[in-house]
Amino acid sequence: MPLLEVKDLHVRFETPEGEVHAVRGLDFTLEPGEGLAIVGESGSGKTQAMLAILGLLAENGTSGGQALYQGADLMAMEPHELNRHRGRDIAMIFQDPMTSLNPYLSIERQMVEVAMHHQGLSRREARVHAVEMLRAVRIPDPESRIRQYPHQFSGGMRQRILIAMGLLCEPDILIADEPTTALDVTVQAQIAGLVEEVVQRSGMAAILITHDLGVVAGVSDRVLVMYAGEMVEYGTVEQIYRSPRHPYTRGLIDSVPRLDRADDDALHAIPGNPPNMLSLPSGCCFRDRCSRAFEACAEAPELRDAGDGHLKRCHLEEAP
Amino acid sequence: MTLDQSFVRHITRRLLSVLPTLLMLITVVFFLVRVAPGGPFDSEKALPPEIQANLEAKYHLDEPLLQQYFRYLGQILVLDFGPSFQYKDWTVNELIAQGFPVSLTIGALAMLLGFVLGVSIGVGAALRQNSAADFSTMGFAMLGVSIPNFVVAPLLILLFAVYGGWLPAGGWDWTWQSAVLPVVTLALPVIAYIARLMRGSMIEVLHSNFIRTARAKGLPERQVILRHALKPALLPVISYMGPATAALITGSVVVERIFSIPGLGSYFVQGALNRDYTLVMGVVLFYGVLIIALNFIVDLLYSILNPKIAYEEL
Repeated sequence: MPLLEVKDLHVRFETPEGEVHAVRGLDFTLEPGEGLAIVGESGSGKTQAMLAILGLLAENGTSGGQALYQGADLMAMEPHELNRHRGRDIAMIFQDPMTSLNPYLSIERQMVEVAMHHQGLSRREARVHAVEMLRAVRIPDPESRIRQYPHQFSGGMRQRILIAMGLLCEPDILIADEPTTALDVTVQAQIAGLVEEVVQRSGMAAILITHDLGVVAGVSDRVLVMYAGEMVEYGTVEQIYRSPRHPYTRGLIDSVPRLDRADDDALHAIPGNPPNMLSLPSGCCFRDRCSRAFEACAEAPELRDAGDGHLKRCHLEEAP
Repeated sequence: MTLDQSFVRHITRRLLSVLPTLLMLITVVFFLVRVAPGGPFDSEKALPPEIQANLEAKYHLDEPLLQQYFRYLGQILVLDFGPSFQYKDWTVNELIAQGFPVSLTIGALAMLLGFVLGVSIGVGAALRQNSAADFSTMGFAMLGVSIPNFVVAPLLILLFAVYGGWLPAGGWDWTWQSAVLPVVTLALPVIAYIARLMRGSMIEVLHSNFIRTARAKGLPERQVILRHALKPALLPVISYMGPATAALITGSVVVERIFSIPGLGSYFVQGALNRDYTLVMGVVLFYGVLIIALNFIVDLLYSILNPKIAYEEL
C-alpha cells in the first residue's frame, strides 16, 4: 500500500469574480521514503492541492476527492482525527518563514506544544527534544535562543526553526512548499541543502513544491508537473530531465539559466501567461503558449502513458 | 520584563512628559469655569454686598485672576484642591475621597463586564463569521454603540424597577442590587464596542499564516484560538482600554446623575451647576490624572503582550 494516495483531488474557490477551479482532478501516489517534486508556475494549484490534503484551505475553498494516508482518507476525517495526523505523521513547511511563526509566542512555546501534544512528553522532555532539533538544523546556541521570539531571528533562521518544528515528531511525510522562495538568494542554497539533508537522513517521504526545476534533483525521485490545476507530466527525475514529453516541461527546463553553456547567455522564457482560471480555454490549456500546438489540441488531451510509467497530457507523439 | 535601568529611565521620561499635559489641563479648566456666567455665590436672592465681598475675600476671589491662578497652582503642588464653595466645611479632597470609591466601584465593574463580555461575544462572532448569530450580535452591538446612556438608563429603570420591581430605580447603598442597573447602563456601549473590535481583529488574526502553521501542527482548534490567536487579537482591545476609561468616566457623570448615585460624577455636575470652581477643577484634574495613569498602564500591558515592542519605543 502506498503511504499516500491522492485520488481525483479537486479544489474550488468561491471568489467575487466567480468560481475558480484551482485543482482539477489530481491523482498521484507517494511511497514510503519517496521524494516527489511538484513543479509548476504560481497559480498552477500545487500549493492548494497540498493545503486541501491537510484541510488547511482558506474559508472560501472547498475540496473533493480522496487523500488516503495509509488507507485512511484524510479529507473525510473529523477535525480531531485529522489533527492526529497533522504535525505528527505529515508535517508541512510553508513558503514565508517571516509570517509563519507566531510573533507573540517564544520559539520554545511553539515547539514544545507540538511535542507535548503529539508525543505526550512532559514540558521538560519536550524542551530537551526541541533544543536537539534546533541543533540539528544548526541554530547556534539553541539552549538560550529557544527562549527568543521570532522577530529576533532572520528569515533563513526562521525557516530553519520551522523545519525543526516540522521534524519534531519524525513525520512520515514532509511537505515543503517553496521553502526557499521568500529567502535571500544567499541563504536559499543553505536551506535547500538543509531540507535535502534532513530528508535523506531521516528516510521520510517528502513532497517538495517548487517552481524551479533547478532545485528538484537533490531530494526527489519523481517529478509531477502541474499546469492550470492539472498534472501535465509525471515521471522519474531522469525521465523528466532527459526526455520531457510535454512542451511545458521542456519550456521549464529550458528556462533554468545554465552557466555551463558559455555560448548561450539568453534567458529562455515560456511566452505568454498561464490561463485565467476563471475562464479556462477549451481544449489543451497550454495550447496558446505552445509552439508545437496543432489541430488536435482543440480537444483536451487525456493523461497517457509514454512508457515506463512516464505520464503526459499531450497529443504529440514524439518528444517536444 | 525586568526592572532594569532602561525601564526606570522609561518610566521617568513618561512621568516627566505628563507634567506639561497636566499644566495645560489646569490652565484650561481654571479659566473655562470662570468664563461661565455667574459665580459661586449667586443665588435668586441677591446677597447683601458686604457679605458677598466678605465671601469673595475669604476664598480669594477678589484677587486679580492671574494671582488666583498662581495661588491655585501652588495649592496643587501640595495636592490641596482647596475648600468647596458650596459644600460648606468640606474640602474638595474630602469630597473626592468620599465620592471616588463609589464611582470606582461602578466604573471598574462596568469595565470588567465590558471586557469579559465584549471579548467573549467578539470571539464567538468571529468563529461563526457571517452566520445568523454573527449578524444578529453585531447588529445589537451596533445598537449598543449608538444608543446614548441617557436613553438606556430610563428604559432599564422602566423595565426592571418600575414594571418588574426587581431592582431599585436609583440610590446607592453598597448592595449589588443598587449597582446592577448603573453598571449595565455604563457597560453596554463598552461591551458593544469591544465586541465589534474583537470580532474584527480575531477574523484578521485567524487569516494569518502563523494560524495556518498552528493548524498544520495538528493542535486542537481550541488551542489554536486560545493560545495562538487570542493574544494578538486582544491587542487592539487593550489599546482601546485607555479611551474606554475616558468614555466610562464621561458616561458615569450622566449615569450617576440619573440613578442618584453619590459618586464623583454627581459632584462634578452639581459643582458645575453651582459654579463651585474648586470642586469642578478638583474633579477634572483628578480624572485627568486617572486617565493618564490608566493609559500608561495600558501601554505597559501592550508591551508585555507584544514582544516586538520594547518599552524604550513606547
